Order: sequence, then structure tokens, then C-alpha cells
Amino acid sequence: MADIPATTEPAAEAFGGRRARGGGQSTVRYLATKLGGGAISLALVAVLGFFLFRAMPGNPVRSVIEGRGSASYEEIKRIKAEWKMDEPLWTQFVDYMGDLLRGDLGTSIKYRAPVAELIGERFWWTILLTGTALLLAVALGLLLGSRAAWRHGSRFDRWSTGTALVLWSVPTFWLGLIMLVVFSVGLDLFPTAGMTTPGGVSGGWFAELLDVLHHLALPAITMTAVIYAQYLMVMRSSLLEEMNADYLTTARAKGLRDNLVRRRHAVPNALLPTITIIFLHMGLVVSGAVTVEKVFSWQGLGLLTYEAIGVPDYPLLQGTLIVLAAAVIVMNLLADVIYRFVDPRVRSA
Amino acid sequence: MTTNQSPRNSPRAVAWTRRRAALGKVWREFAANKSGLFGLAALVVIVLVAVTVPLWLDREVLSVTRATGEILAPPAGDFWLGTDHAGRSVLALTLWGARISLLVGISAAILSVAIGTIVGMLSAHFRGWTAAVLMRVTDFFLVLPALVLAIVLSTMLERGVGTIILAIGVTSWPSTARLVRAQTLTIETRPYIERAHALGGGHMHVLSKHVLPAVLPLVLANTTLAVGSAIISESTLAFLGLGDASTVSWGGMLKSALDTGAVTAGAWWYLLPPGFAIVLIVLAFTLCGRALETVLNPNLRER
Repeated sequence: MADIPATTEPAAEAFGGRRARGGGQSTVRYLATKLGGGAISLALVAVLGFFLFRAMPGNPVRSVIEGRGSASYEEIKRIKAEWKMDEPLWTQFVDYMGDLLRGDLGTSIKYRAPVAELIGERFWWTILLTGTALLLAVALGLLLGSRAAWRHGSRFDRWSTGTALVLWSVPTFWLGLIMLVVFSVGLDLFPTAGMTTPGGVSGGWFAELLDVLHHLALPAITMTAVIYAQYLMVMRSSLLEEMNADYLTTARAKGLRDNLVRRRHAVPNALLPTITIIFLHMGLVVSGAVTVEKVFSWQGLGLLTYEAIGVPDYPLLQGTLIVLAAAVIVMNLLADVIYRFVDPRVRSA
Repeated sequence: MTTNQSPRNSPRAVAWTRRRAALGKVWREFAANKSGLFGLAALVVIVLVAVTVPLWLDREVLSVTRATGEILAPPAGDFWLGTDHAGRSVLALTLWGARISLLVGISAAILSVAIGTIVGMLSAHFRGWTAAVLMRVTDFFLVLPALVLAIVLSTMLERGVGTIILAIGVTSWPSTARLVRAQTLTIETRPYIERAHALGGGHMHVLSKHVLPAVLPLVLANTTLAVGSAIISESTLAFLGLGDASTVSWGGMLKSALDTGAVTAGAWWYLLPPGFAIVLIVLAFTLCGRALETVLNPNLRER
């Protein structure tokens, strides 16, 4: 093995990974690498979805039988045939992959409807909730984080960092319950559940929009409050890294106002690592959506996942896992591609 | 001391003196961090309560059938924090709930950090295919929504404490792996690793005797931080109904509060104690971990 000389190589080369190695990498090659990596990840999601549900010890057939108390031999055979479990594993896998590529995610046990259809109905509601929360959290986190770093050690810094840390330690679902008790039950300001008033509202599309926003407010604020902390911390620490940079001294020496130095010079440089983290932690936002949607009965993918637990509805659970994981991977892929055009360092590297 | 018969300057004695000195230095730097000390003090109190609670609070208080209080009564008299939907004392439930949170939180964090450390060290030590595959897998798990994966795992396996520990542990390791990999890469460029290789040290020797001790401080700080998020995951899974129904847990309490209509009835005394308990314990671990990190992580030390 030729491992020994390898250990004496400068760490920097391995450290930067793919990014540093391909000096003068062309855009096409960069995109090909990223897209290839994304494709592998998506394939891994599909494989994971298959093996989690077919090869695990507590396999679906057994727990369905346990749930019914007893089952005749014919019934077991019928269930196995329904899920094609009487065939060899690799035929099952080929069938499963074929179905997946055609967009067929099986039939839900609970709803007796195609899983893909159920997910399609709920998908945009989750996007609305997580998208709103994410935008609010990013805006709040970047704003507070950059100000905290700019005056680090100040009272503002200590308070905003402290508040963020406390909120970060709060379980999302508990904050949701508290909001529900205070603002919906106690003050009666917001609806307790759902996305629209049952029976609809009169007054045209604008009234309907207001109605949805009214229902959206509490769940979105709950999610924002929990997730903005990480953006604040990342923005703060990456701006702290830039604080003593020479270009800031130059900017100040030119006589620029302090706010301008921060906004035009320091923040754009500190923004890039922050954006990476935002996309990298997208899975966390999706995880938060599961509990928030449960607390506020928001009919999205998270609630669908929750509803699948109790039955347990394996095809539905498998479908939501695959769709949520794939969505996160695609978002990350987009971030990588956009990065290429935004960050000059990546472009020339 | 019992080691008096061995000479003062034997290699072992020298090593121990050095370790004691290093430990003293870490403690002094840690003690200078006020929020870290606060976290540590809170942790000591919580752990003491959780460990000793069976000694001074009878298990009977958890029994639904032998509950003595009124149903969903606000704080009064013997029930300082009110009662739950079955007439049990919320205070007693909250105190007992600390046990499962600590148990699951610490075990899951250790499992997750162990996996992360091994994967991180291996992916940095070996080059070529091994590293590429390990990094690919790490990146894959890093972006996945961990909670959804944990939900699937706990639905597939038998219900119980072990399943929850496993579900949290195997879904939360990638960030540790990243951290340990970066640290291992820096360490492996140092001359003493090259020397160990030159003297004929194999992979196992270099990894276990030289790399592991060097990454261990960082891993320790990371574990402390990981316990906090593991406790949040535990309460979340319990809230979603995936916990062990036979034990009292904070997440389980909040689930019954929502399911039995205590939330819509405005029974704040049933909601606040378990929630504040979670926040306190997670905050304590986070403050401790961040203080340890500042002391032990060479990259943060300059600041």
C-alpha cells in the first residue's frame, strides 16, 4: 500500500476536497461532478427507502399480522403477494425501482389512495409553511447575527446570542403548544388548527389569502423562532472571522461610514459560508415541519408522515421519506450550482 | 500516594504529571467561562435529582389508577404544579421524566459520536476509494432530514428505549464525522505521525495510539453538545408517539397534554413544567459543551 507517503501530503489538498483539487476546473466539469454526486445521493435515497422497508427485522407483513391479531396462511400469502414479497429480493428491487421511476409510490393503507397523489396534494402546503419560516429565519438570523458580530461583546451581542441559544434549546413542538395556548386559546387571536376556515370565507380571493395567512402565522412564527438561532450563530462567527481583515481597514481609511463598511464590504464576504450552512441544514427545517404541522394540524407532508406512524402505513411512510429526502438533496444541488456563479473563489478555483 | 516506590521520573509518572497539569489548565480556563459554569452547576443538580428520585419519591405517584388528585386541577395544596388528565402530580411526573431523557440523551449521543469519530478518522486516514465512499455516505446522511429517518427506524423496529437510542444515534453522527475528519487531517500532517509510520507503526497503531488521543478533547466537547440535541430528538419522538409507553417522559407528557385536550382547555400547568425541564437540561448541556469547545478546540482558542 502506498499510504505512508500520502500522510505527509499537505492537509490543505485533502481538506479542500474536490473543490481545491481541480485547479482551473471548467464549469461543465464542475456541474458534471455536482450533478453526478446529486444523482448518487438520489439513488442512495431510493436504495435506503427499499431496504429500510423490506430488509429490516420488523418487516411490514409481520407487524400488519400482529396488528390484526391473527391471520390465516392464505391471508399472509395475499399480503405478501400484494407487496410482491414472495419474489426474490432482487426482482422486488427491480420492480420497486421501475415503479419509483414512473412516479408510482404504491398505495396507502390508511387512505386507500395512491401515495404519490396524497403527497402531491400536501406538498405545496409544506412548501408554503417551510418556505415562509425559512425566509423569515434567514432574514432575522443574518440581520441580528451581523449586528451582533459587528459590535461583539456589547450588550446587544450578549442578549441576541443568549436569546437565540435559549430558543435553540426549545423543542419546536413545545413552543408550538405554548403559542397555541397563549395566542389561540387564551387571547383568541389566531385559529387553533388547519390552513383555512372550514366552510370557506366570503369576499373573494383576497379574503381567502388573508384567511390562509391568518392560519399560517402561528406555525410559521414557531418554526422561525427555533431555527433562526443557527443562522445567527453562523453569520456571527463568519463575520467575526472577517473583522480584522485588511480590506476593512482600507474601507475605513477611505472614510466610509461604519454602516457602509459593514453592509458593502464585510457582510458579503461573510455571507457565503452562511449560505452553505443554510442549505446544508435544510433537513433540520423539514424535521421541524413534522412536529409543527402536527401541533397546528397543518395538512402538509409532516402531518402525513405523522399520520402514517400510528397505522403504521408503510407505503405512505416510505413515500414521504423518499420525497422529503429527495427535496433536500435537490435543494442542496441547486445551492451548489448557484454557488458556482455567485462566489468568485469557487469559479476560479 | 501508592506509586511512591516507582521513581519520580518514570515515563508513566511523567505522563501522569503532565496529564494532571493539562487537566488543571483546562479546568481553570473552563472555570473562567461564566455561562459554562452555570451549565455545569445545572447539570450536576439535574443528574443528582434524576439518579436519586427513586429514593425519595415513590413510584406509586406515576400510577394512573392510584392517582390521588383531581383531574386537570391547577396548582394548589399538595400538588404544587397541578395535576394531569389522570389526577397525577405534574411535579412528580416531571421529576421522574428526567431519568429517561438523560438516559436516552447520553446513550444516543455516545453512540452517535462513536460512529462519527470512527467514520471521520477512517475517512481522513485512508485515501482513495475508502475515503471517497465514506465521505459520500457522510455527505448523504448530513443533508437527510434526520428526524424523518429516525421516525421510520423507530416505526420499523420494536418499540422501546433501545430503539429510540438506536434511531437517534444512527441518524445524527455525520456532523461529528465532518469535525473529526478535519481534525484528523490536520493531525496527520504533523511530524510525529510520520515518525510513527517510519518506525513501522501500522494503521491500527497510528489511529489508536496517536490520532485518537489527539482528537479526543474535541470529541468530548462534541459529545456534550450532542447530548442536548439528542434530548430534543428523544422528546420529539416521544411526542410523536414513538416512545416507550411504559415509562414517563417529558415528550410523552406533552403528547398526552395535546391528546387529552389539556392544551385547548388552557391547562398551562401541564404544559410548562416538562417544557421548561427540556429547555433547562438542553441549555445546560449546550452551555457546557460550548465552554468546553472554546477551551479544547484549537481553532476557536485564539478568539
